[in-house]
Amino acid sequence: MSILAKSQAAEIQIGPAALEDVPRVIEIDAKITGEAKAEFWYSFFSGQGSNPKRSFLVARDEGRVVGYIIGTVRAWEFGSPPSGWIHAVGVDPTARKAGVGTKLFNEMVEFLRGAGANTIRTMLHIDDHLLMSFFRTHGMAAGPFVELEMSAEQT
Amino acid sequence: MKLQQATRYAIWAAVETASRPGELVSAGDLAAKFGVSQHHLAKVLRTLALAKIVSSTRGPAGGCMFIADPRRLTLYDIVSLFESDWWNSENGVREGKGTTVADEVSRVLREIDRITSATLRSVTIQTLINNAARRRRREAAEKAGAGPSAQAEALEAAAKAAGG
Ligand SMILES: CC(C)(COP(=O)(O)OP(=O)(O)OC[C@H]1O[C@@H](n2cnc3c(N)ncnc32)[C@H](O)[C@@H]1OP(=O)(O)O)[C@@H](O)C(=O)NCCC(=O)NCCS
Repeated sequence: MSILAKSQAAEIQIGPAALEDVPRVIEIDAKITGEAKAEFWYSFFSGQGSNPKRSFLVARDEGRVVGYIIGTVRAWEFGSPPSGWIHAVGVDPTARKAGVGTKLFNEMVEFLRGAGANTIRTMLHIDDHLLMSFFRTHGMAAGPFVELEMSAEQT
Repeated sequence: MKLQQATRYAIWAAVETASRPGELVSAGDLAAKFGVSQHHLAKVLRTLALAKIVSSTRGPAGGCMFIADPRRLTLYDIVSLFESDWWNSENGVREGKGTTVADEVSRVLREIDRITSATLRSVTIQTLINNAARRRRREAAEKAGAGPSAQAEALEAAAKAAGG
């Protein structure tokens, strides 16, 4: 159950992540995915400073971080013109369903658009219906690319 | 994937009633709007009422009202009311089982079923309503590319269309 009422979402501040926010982001991500990926988050954070096409945003409720989103504009990978990738989004389970995810998403789309993206893209697990539902609510739908994979083990 | 007629009517009826919250919509109204038989539609509405998606009131002033949560009700919920085993392409198929070729074909069909299921489970009625509104706004803006006053007019027309 969310401890934030919908009206409280208006108080939520979205802004760039600071170094001292990273441990809290790692904690929320670990709560969601069951894995603490410190190296990944610190390296995304440090890479962001030198790359104007990358953004790491957090949502703060009275100073406390309750959500995060990261994105990058990438060009010509997979033969695609500049597009904005949302790599991850997460809201603390105690702060959900109050519009925090929507605020993070909208800010990120603004950033990616400003950084030259014509398309916004993401990739997620096929069985993650909650997240897929969230992205679809904001107008996203399957695009013209398909992910293919195979085991890298030798057969 | 081809949906049965009843499934298509049910989705249209759910979206139409959900976009008119609190309103009692008559089956005749819905049938006229979509150009479909009122008799067929009434049957579909009965199923939706049993599933507590709409409430229905009989009589001359009767009609149905959307009572589910449009942000949670998905296409999957509606489709599975009408199509019993669409998600399993190979339901009931026995011959060839266990042969390498048949197993490989099964794997491909399961891949397709998985994508279909994930898509239907993640599209809510509200998403359909939002996307339709977005498309109307985009089309209005494109049409009105001419000038700011024409643009305002077209947006107004789109807002009116969205309301009715
Ligand atoms: C998806 C997520 C970001 C949504 O955050 P949130 O702050 O709760 O989102 P919002 O309140 O802005 O919700 C926006 C819309 O998303 C959809 N949505 C959100 N929660 C939902 C749920 N439980 N079921 C269905 N739809 C839902 C709704 O359409 C909602 O609109 P509504 O509030 O009008 O109903 C959050 O649930 C989350 O962090 N999930 C885990 C994400 C994850 O797995 N990340 C790791 C891999 S990247």
